[in-house]
Amino acid sequence: MPQELEAVNDFVVKFANVNGSGSASANELFARSILRMGVPVSPRNIFPSNIQGLPTWYEVRVTEKGYLGRRGGVDLMVAMNPQTWAEDLQEIEPGGYLFYDATKPMPPSMFRPDINVVGVPLTAICNATYTDARQRQLFKNIIYVGALSVLLDIDPKEIERLFGEQYKGKEKLLDSNVKALNLGRDWVAKNMDPSTVKLKVRRADAVGDRIFVEGNNAAALGCVYGGATVCAWYPITPSSSLAEAFQSHCRRLRHDKETGKAKYAVIQAEDELASIGMVIGAGWNGARAFTSTSGPGISLMTEFIGLAYFAEIPAVIINVQRGGPSTGMPTRTQQADILSCALASNGDTRHVMLFPEDPKECFDFGATALDLADRLQTPVFVMTDLDIGMNHRLCAPFEWDDSRAYDRGKVMTAEDLQAASAKFGRYLDVDGDGIPFRTYPGTHPTKGSFFTRGTTKDRYAKYSEEGPVYVDNMERLVRKFETAKTIAPQPVLRPAKAATRTGVIYFGSTSPAMTEALDRLEEQGVHMNALRLRAYPLSPDVADFVEDHDTVFLVEQNRDGQLRMLLLSDLGADPAKIVPILHYDGTPITARFITDAIQGHLAPKRMAAE
Amino acid sequence: MTYITKPKLHHPSLQRNKAGYTRRDYEGSVSTLCAGCGHDSISAAIIQACYELDIQPHQIAKLSGIGCSSKTPTYFLGHSHGFNTVHGRMPSVMTGANLANRDLVYMGVSGDGDSASIGLGQFAHIMRRGVNMMYIVMNNGVYGLTKGQFSATADRGSVSKKGAANSDSSIDMVSLAILMGATFVARSFSGDKQQLVPLIKAAIDHKGAAFLDVISPCVAFNNHAGSTKSYEYVREHNEAVNRLDFIETREEITTQYDPGTMQEVQQHDGSLLRLRKLAPDYDPCDKIAAMQYIQAAEAAGEVATGLLYVEPMPKDLHTNFNTVDTPLNKLNAPELCPGKAALDKINASLR
Repeated sequence: MPQELEAVNDFVVKFANVNGSGSASANELFARSILRMGVPVSPRNIFPSNIQGLPTWYEVRVTEKGYLGRRGGVDLMVAMNPQTWAEDLQEIEPGGYLFYDATKPMPPSMFRPDINVVGVPLTAICNATYTDARQRQLFKNIIYVGALSVLLDIDPKEIERLFGEQYKGKEKLLDSNVKALNLGRDWVAKNMDPSTVKLKVRRADAVGDRIFVEGNNAAALGCVYGGATVCAWYPITPSSSLAEAFQSHCRRLRHDKETGKAKYAVIQAEDELASIGMVIGAGWNGARAFTSTSGPGISLMTEFIGLAYFAEIPAVIINVQRGGPSTGMPTRTQQADILSCALASNGDTRHVMLFPEDPKECFDFGATALDLADRLQTPVFVMTDLDIGMNHRLCAPFEWDDSRAYDRGKVMTAEDLQAASAKFGRYLDVDGDGIPFRTYPGTHPTKGSFFTRGTTKDRYAKYSEEGPVYVDNMERLVRKFETAKTIAPQPVLRPAKAATRTGVIYFGSTSPAMTEALDRLEEQGVHMNALRLRAYPLSPDVADFVEDHDTVFLVEQNRDGQLRMLLLSDLGADPAKIVPILHYDGTPITARFITDAIQGHLAPKRMAAE
Repeated sequence: MTYITKPKLHHPSLQRNKAGYTRRDYEGSVSTLCAGCGHDSISAAIIQACYELDIQPHQIAKLSGIGCSSKTPTYFLGHSHGFNTVHGRMPSVMTGANLANRDLVYMGVSGDGDSASIGLGQFAHIMRRGVNMMYIVMNNGVYGLTKGQFSATADRGSVSKKGAANSDSSIDMVSLAILMGATFVARSFSGDKQQLVPLIKAAIDHKGAAFLDVISPCVAFNNHAGSTKSYEYVREHNEAVNRLDFIETREEITTQYDPGTMQEVQQHDGSLLRLRKLAPDYDPCDKIAAMQYIQAAEAAGEVATGLLYVEPMPKDLHTNFNTVDTPLNKLNAPELCPGKAALDKINASLR
């Protein structure tokens, strides 16, 4: 007899399906039902670049402790795809469970001796009930949710309630789904001992007021709240759902109540060259505008991004990062566009980047980026990724203060121009913060007009290739970048429970795995101060943090330690002190990986010391 | 180019238009293009047209790409905001600018390299979208700033200054614009101001995607024998289909025409396009016939000019998007932010 894994509210279920078989909504239903029982879950789509036919997986981590990073390993595999049977089987932890469609008998050689096999004849149940081929396929998914609900002790009332919300007003669909759910439940109740599976869900109160939302949806809503009126985009995985969400939020929230007219414009451009051009045109003309894209889109936008930097035009670019380079891994996650965004353009450039850790910060930074872009008159990148963008994540509810006004930056009105005694200088640093004043086209009949260009110019926007004039302008841009350091979101410190000279720096979607790793390392006696970066340029706090530690791990999801390169060059830190922890296989980083990598680095040193 | 700075003083007796501006108020800085460049004539025609239309200069946004033609916005409308964008990508910037503020007049200025080579894609798409603008291509069939390479509008068989014959098929910008959905398409010649000024006025007035292809000889690199974009060649092969008298609504029509020689096109805003017919059967409102005529003229080695196509009831991008009347750039948090109460409801729906 194999050993039997036992766990309550702390295990990983993975569904192996065929893309396009309708499994996605059934799997999400499974995850939500556990959430409704007050137990946090962290689901992840693992999917191919394909519409129909290729393998796809949905992994649900059930975690009462609220560790929302990917754990690694699988305790219960729901193996619904014969194509991937062998590899799915391999992934199961010893003592774990394999749930499969037992309609056709399988030889013992198809299984592993160290796992527990749970067979339910899903196809046979379907075929006995449904005649229509599509129904047979779709309801098979609901039937396995029903079967699992009995085996894992998921309250069926929560599932029925979710059906009720989903099929409100569509009673026929509601009834047929409940029926399918009960087919699965009844079969297991009649033919199996539910204690066969010793992974159980127990009602808890660990979800609180948190919301369950995808980062792309949240970022789009942040752009609505932040006052974006122009969205120009070009479809690219994994960012497409962001622009689509913006459009659907605007349809509900941004039409004039009296006239029905739209207070926004969403334009699907012909390519990323055009989408960023439109954003820059709108920004130049005083509207808040953004685009959403991914790595290859950034590559195409690079020339325009340089123009916006040099001509000083606000633009917000939300980069939902995927695996690169080139087409790379379109449906996998990475943080590998740090350098391509920080330095996008020919010539000397530096760009502002924000690093949200979850959908809540996607919302916050969507709105903040619009303010920062207007304030700094420059492109601002929101560096999210597929892991945050395309997965439902439990996070704090969105907040908004109704007294918050938009920061439109240094814009001179007709009245300002009329009252001004000095001549308007578009690139004149009046206040010493490196940020000049600008005017929107059409402001004043005789004052404040200027010519915007990508070539060099003097403080009054007049074309000039004079060396000192060029240097003067470039140095002001450096001053402006200095200003950005203090007004961009500041890093968040998680101090260690005991004094330590070891630190770790991380950012973005690494956050949940890092939180868990820090807990685990602490249990193992490794104390580390942790600094979560939320923006580039680096806050002065980062320099202090590096200064205050002997060793600083820098955790990133790319091959080359891209943020580390920026940090070393910006702070002039000792490279030996900044230890890269790099995960870049396209799967989300795990606490196991971080813990092992850090221990792997520290253990030899400890042994040497002893 | 000249090195003499223009005096800023206006002569007090200069005539003012209905908006209170003199012709000088529509000028820009001194041109740095070659003496005799066709582009300077087009700049002068733009100045004339804007003056005659009584537009306030600061209500115009002029955008361009890169190249000799794209430099010209510095040489007209000095009180307007201008934007010299990147090579071939002015259309996207103008589209975004237009979305941000529907109240301004948008003038896109480009050349054949900028719009037919590197920018062909964006050229096509701005026409498709019906951005309310005047898009003018100063078409000389040659790269000037980089010294004499063929552009994509150079005719097959035409000869460069260095003697090489062009073996590639040429792109006809007016045919392309019509095909892509532009709702006002005209062609003219920089050497024919009488024809050009009314076309510019009508193009600015048109509430949709208006395209003007203006053949503009390059005196430095494309004005020799064997060129099909030289002054001499274009004068000889210019086949004007009509002459336009652009008439605004408020002006009384006094000129008398012989019956059958005149066509009037009433536009959506009430303005009137009065065309003196030169090709007796040419109807610029008939898209298919216009395409056929243009192609036939080209096959015969002639250059069809005039108002080639107009859709009198165009729909522009803002109409299609049903955007609010207030320019989007004037909206702020009170109009744009749905507020905390709405957000709390959204939060509740995500649990």
